Amino acid sequence: MADIADVLAEKVRAAAAAKTPLAVQGTNSRHFLGRAVESETLSIAEHAGIIDYEPRELVITARAGTPLAEIEAALDAAGQMLAFEPPRFSAESTLGGAIASGLSGPRRAYAGAVRDFVLGCRVVNGKGEILKFGGQVMKNVAGYDVSRLMTGAYGTLGVLLDVSLKVLPKPAASLTLVREYPVDQALRRMRELAGKPWPVDASCHLDGRLYLRLSGSPEAVETAKRRLGGEVLAGDELFWQHLRDWQLPMFNERPFWRLSLPAAAPMLPLDGEWLIEWGGAQRWLKTEQEIDVVRQTVADAGGHATLIGDQAGEDVFHPLPPALLALHRQLKQAFDPANILNPGRLYPEL
Amino acid sequence: MNPSRHDLIRALQAFLPDEAILADEEALRPYECDGLSAFKQLPLLVAMPETVAQVQQVMRICHQFQVPVVARGAGTGLSAGALPHSGGVLLSLAKFNRILDIDVQACTARVQPGVRNLAISQAVVPYGLFYAPDPSSQVACSIGGNVAENSGGVHCLKYGLTVHNVLKLEVITAEGELLTIGSDALDSPGYDLLALIHGSEGMLGIVVEVTVKLLPLPEAVRVLLVAFDSVEKAGQAVGDIIAAGIVPAGLEMMDNPAIRAAEDFAHAGYPTDAAAILLCEIDGGLDEVASQVARVRGVLMQSDATEVRLAVEESDRQKLWKGRKSAFPAIGRLSPDYYCMDGTIPRKALPQVLHQISELSKEFNLPVANVFHAGDGNLHPLILYDAGKPGELHRAEQLGGRILELCVKVGGTITGEHGVGVEKLDQMCVQFAPLELAQFHAIKAAFDPEGLLNPGKAVPELHRCAELGAMHVHQGQLAHPELERF
Ligand SMILES: Cc1cc2nc3c(=O)[nH]c(=O)nc-3n(C[C@H](O)[C@H](O)[C@H](O)COP(=O)(O)OP(=O)(O)OC[C@H]3O[C@@H](n4cnc5c(N)ncnc54)[C@H](O)[C@@H]3O)c2cc1C
Repeated sequence: MADIADVLAEKVRAAAAAKTPLAVQGTNSRHFLGRAVESETLSIAEHAGIIDYEPRELVITARAGTPLAEIEAALDAAGQMLAFEPPRFSAESTLGGAIASGLSGPRRAYAGAVRDFVLGCRVVNGKGEILKFGGQVMKNVAGYDVSRLMTGAYGTLGVLLDVSLKVLPKPAASLTLVREYPVDQALRRMRELAGKPWPVDASCHLDGRLYLRLSGSPEAVETAKRRLGGEVLAGDELFWQHLRDWQLPMFNERPFWRLSLPAAAPMLPLDGEWLIEWGGAQRWLKTEQEIDVVRQTVADAGGHATLIGDQAGEDVFHPLPPALLALHRQLKQAFDPANILNPGRLYPEL
Repeated sequence: MNPSRHDLIRALQAFLPDEAILADEEALRPYECDGLSAFKQLPLLVAMPETVAQVQQVMRICHQFQVPVVARGAGTGLSAGALPHSGGVLLSLAKFNRILDIDVQACTARVQPGVRNLAISQAVVPYGLFYAPDPSSQVACSIGGNVAENSGGVHCLKYGLTVHNVLKLEVITAEGELLTIGSDALDSPGYDLLALIHGSEGMLGIVVEVTVKLLPLPEAVRVLLVAFDSVEKAGQAVGDIIAAGIVPAGLEMMDNPAIRAAEDFAHAGYPTDAAAILLCEIDGGLDEVASQVARVRGVLMQSDATEVRLAVEESDRQKLWKGRKSAFPAIGRLSPDYYCMDGTIPRKALPQVLHQISELSKEFNLPVANVFHAGDGNLHPLILYDAGKPGELHRAEQLGGRILELCVKVGGTITGEHGVGVEKLDQMCVQFAPLELAQFHAIKAAFDPEGLLNPGKAVPELHRCAELGAMHVHQGQLAHPELERF
């Protein structure tokens, strides 16, 4: 529970001088995400602790090594939450890992992604410089939006030190409706609902059933329940928690695919086990099909595919078009000229 | 290289019709400034392409000639971001004014960058949808400009800024290359370039197409007008509403000078004797709205409000908003000129900062009216002055600078939504350390190594800050009076 920013910066400076690559790590609960990095470890786990949390401001600032569990407990005590529901892969999963991997949970399509809630950050760039961007206020257009750029960059542009996040009040009431639906109809139904002001804040199609979570004031949830129909799912909190933390049976065995698609894309011609959420915009697939086939099918539908598993050398993330890759390399160069921060974790060229 | 203007025009004429190239001084005049008219400059020429291929060619030619390019949407910007470069091309996107596609299933619209913000919502109303970010300038400003400034609006407390409501951009680089940034899905592989382009003030690329997210129109909307006998109490009530777990669709505040000006102008029915009013809009399903309105009322009962009025009828609601949305022009009638500031502060600092602004107003002997997005802590102090009186503009700018520095001091920022442009370059030196500014320059260079896109805007050169620092040391005794110091 200390601020060890200076120590971390010094280590990065030394590594940059010696051109030693560093694998930036919290508690390594996300080791199976992204490509493997062969290098010395830079642990930020000790750089932990909530720095500032005032519920009235709807903002929390914490060090990157702070366990998500600690942050969520503090928020919970004030009736607030991280609305983007980052997955927690272990009890020690850190804030830094959640921001760097940029993953969001079931509420994402309705409330926004991690990056939508990031207000500011303090980082160490690849030169070992401690820099601060954004802030603790809701609106801020001074300078380029480096805080959001860091989100989902897998630590390849900077070592996250502190992060400020917008938080939201928890809904007063919440319940889940379930109904049998074939997948095509479920996809259509999700789109119908998205175009109307229903208080839906999570949706999921799994094993022939459509799950809809309703949230808001008790009256609103009650009315929507009556009008939408379906069975009320008992113990629904656990269901969404398992979906959020990748603990449903279909996530048990890696590798599997995360497909990010235009929400209205039809069912794709790929055999396997499917789970659809985010109103159709995020789909999970377990398949025997070739990597190239999956990627091509998803790209043709306007989306991209990420392979989740511990496959060291594989291309995990969807390949970038040459012009975009070139721009990524220039950006990497702008932040980390010695190429020492998590080299190769995102793409071999970065 | 300093190419002749003649050569440049010849090169552009190869693919642009004559009427798409403006070069006469008279024709250039309307482009000399944006919404911040204290800064004026004629460009070398104006190019008005109408196809993406033409924009690419303009960029390639300018790259070849090493001529700066400044993009311009509707020119409503308030920080001189679209101020022309004397030796550069002003690239107007006014002809890109078509809505290309509305996808009701996906709840998205694909539009050209010159499309007016309000036109999007108007086009999708028949489908029960709307585009959420609604700057007060929405009848005029362009979606391309909104992306470049990451504009907000009255409803961004609940619905977010432009960056939260855009899925995909087509962007042309300084070298004329067309990039697709973002996608029709909710995320894309690699770095979040989509976020980086938002608020980049035309420094990283030219936006030539925007895919926006559309939201379902809420079932019910109610506005509460709440009056207070002190500005501090109003500021306190803002925090109380949020602390009660309510996120209103909009939460706006006006102080007495603003109330009186708006009432004179729009006859909105505001209580002109109030020290401050809040407009609190609640939207959602009928039941949701009813229960939230009741809760907000409950909070306000304990907050010393002198009046709480609920607008149920749509016409009453429109009237209340009309006063707010016309507040800038209304205040414009009070004084020959006004200067609109744009800092954001933590909400808890509202009472204190509003008090200090009134102290500064006395110190500089210039009236200040406040109309702002209180829920987000985004202040818009309007400094009233008369440019005709010698020294008043300079005093207004100094007062403005002090207000922004106050915002930084309480943990806020020098700009919430209007951007840095040319206007706030000096305050950037206050908010950021040299290493941070150097990092911004490195990002810029990654996109535009030759620095041809909107040069001199948004991020100050380090020597400027160094000189400014030296100026502060000399306690306002300017070391180099010949240097420009806006
Ligand atoms: C009365 C009034 C009220 C306002 N209210 C608000 C408000 O409530 N909220 C708010 O956020 N702003 C507000 N503004 C500011 C302004 O309207 C916004 O900043 C708006 O987004 C600017 O859009 P524009 O099309 O006029 O852009 P311009 O002024 O033409 O340009 C602004 C910047 O964007 C760049 N740019 C423009 N188009 C492109 C493009 N296609 N590609 C790349 N760069 C581009 C320009 O180079 C420049 O740097 C207000 C302004 C006025 C005059």
